[in-house]
Amino acid sequence: MDEILEILEKDGRASVEDIAKMLRKKPQDVKNAIKKYEKEGAILKYKAVINKDLIKDSESEIRALIEVNIVPQKDLGFEKIAERIYSFPEVTSCYLISGTYDLLVVVEGKNLHTVSNFVAEKLSCLENVRGTATHFLLKKYKEDGVILKQKPENKRIAISY
Amino acid sequence: MKISKIVEKMQPSGIRAFFDLVLGMKEVISLGVGEPDFVTPWQIREAGIYSLEQGFTSYTSNKGLYKLRLGIHRHLKNKYGLDYCPDDEILITVGVSEGLDLILRSIINPGDKILVPQPSYVSYGPVTELAGGTSIYIDTSKDGFKITPKLLEKHIDKKAKAIILNYPTNPTGVSYRRKELEAINKVLLKHKILCISDEVYGDLTYDFNHIAFPTLPKAKNNTVYFNGFSKAYAMTGWRVGFACGPKEIIAAMTKIHQYTIMCVPITSQMAAAEALVSGRKSVEQMKREYNRRRSLMVEELNSLGLKCSRPQGAFYVFPCIKSTGLSSMEFSRKLLEEEKVAVVPGTAFGACAEGYIRISYASSMDNLKEALNRIKRFLERRK
Repeated sequence: MDEILEILEKDGRASVEDIAKMLRKKPQDVKNAIKKYEKEGAILKYKAVINKDLIKDSESEIRALIEVNIVPQKDLGFEKIAERIYSFPEVTSCYLISGTYDLLVVVEGKNLHTVSNFVAEKLSCLENVRGTATHFLLKKYKEDGVILKQKPENKRIAISY
Repeated sequence: MKISKIVEKMQPSGIRAFFDLVLGMKEVISLGVGEPDFVTPWQIREAGIYSLEQGFTSYTSNKGLYKLRLGIHRHLKNKYGLDYCPDDEILITVGVSEGLDLILRSIINPGDKILVPQPSYVSYGPVTELAGGTSIYIDTSKDGFKITPKLLEKHIDKKAKAIILNYPTNPTGVSYRRKELEAINKVLLKHKILCISDEVYGDLTYDFNHIAFPTLPKAKNNTVYFNGFSKAYAMTGWRVGFACGPKEIIAAMTKIHQYTIMCVPITSQMAAAEALVSGRKSVEQMKREYNRRRSLMVEELNSLGLKCSRPQGAFYVFPCIKSTGLSSMEFSRKLLEEEKVAVVPGTAFGACAEGYIRISYASSMDNLKEALNRIKRFLERRK
């Protein structure tokens, strides 16, 4: 992978100037490369990884992983039905999976109730959905490569040879 | 109780007071650390934990676990084409530090001299003197902090027995190309000077491939090669290093090692063995990260007016601070007191490094950037 992407994947806020210095490239070249990645969709968006456990307000959401068994459609396979599912705003991620079920759907909602409602009233009644199994997420330990703990203290002594 | 003369005479590190000052201060951004800011990669830590669960809590052979020596043999063969026999040409030591003590005690007779190019890592001189030898310090500051055949010839005398080479070098980050090493090697062979080669930063060489000294023509029988796990695998606290060399020398070192140390802790050896199996990818990842920080630091320091050349290895930059009119110690102390940024005065590594400071970039990018801001402020006040 291009080192520009490696840097941005770790720190989406790294500036063009700093990246240019780190990689000994011209800022304009870095800028162009990033533009190109954005245009191609290799870079989709920039966002903060938030530890929602630390945000205890009424807006906090719960998350469920739902296994979905579907009947593939003739000529279209899984694509069309997947699209119908992932288009719901409640769905934050949707993956086609090998194994005992077909789609893994990640759903976020205000509380248990809203998520159950989504499953019962929207997801299960879709024509090609054969069955679902819902797993509510209890605790997040690591997300997108980031361990969700408060910053560990520095364990090194401050000065040494 | 009277302390022995030899210890009494040892220079108490002149910068102890400065170190104490740093350690007593809170919320310092430290660029004075001589170890990686990464934690040992998990798979290596896990191997250490697993060995404890399995009950591996005993002594090992004096030379070290065979499994680890075999791993080192294979690693050196793959990486450099070097062939050291795991039975009698490799010794596992408590870091390179112990290895250096062993080699110096193994070869020095009273009056023998050891060549030490400076600036250098702090232990070379004192350990030489503890072993009853005398250090001949070679000032490399006029040659870009590199030892050259000319400098060598100038300092070699009849009593000179060995040289302690260290590249990439702590504190300067300087390293050598093959041609330069070959020229040094020729002088050493001509004068029958043993090469004690401390290559603990070898894996952190950025602009070209690291050349292991014993791979040079006819060098293997005249070299003791030192390396360890501390820097490349971020394993400083495990204290595992190794020495490779001609079997008579390794046997002599093992004699001392068996009486003084017995063996390196088994947990550490188990973890080190795992590092050789599964740690290479982590080494490459850390190296890429260091390399990016190196480029940023060199560029920024130069633009702030602190001239520094581009170091080829380790994780240090060694900028010149003469433009501020301050001595290394004054600069470091004032920077600490005014801006809470810790660096190490160059003079800690030899008097010839007056006018320089060592900055370690083994620190997160955010820390480095904040430290650079503070250094900028510090310098602007002095204009």
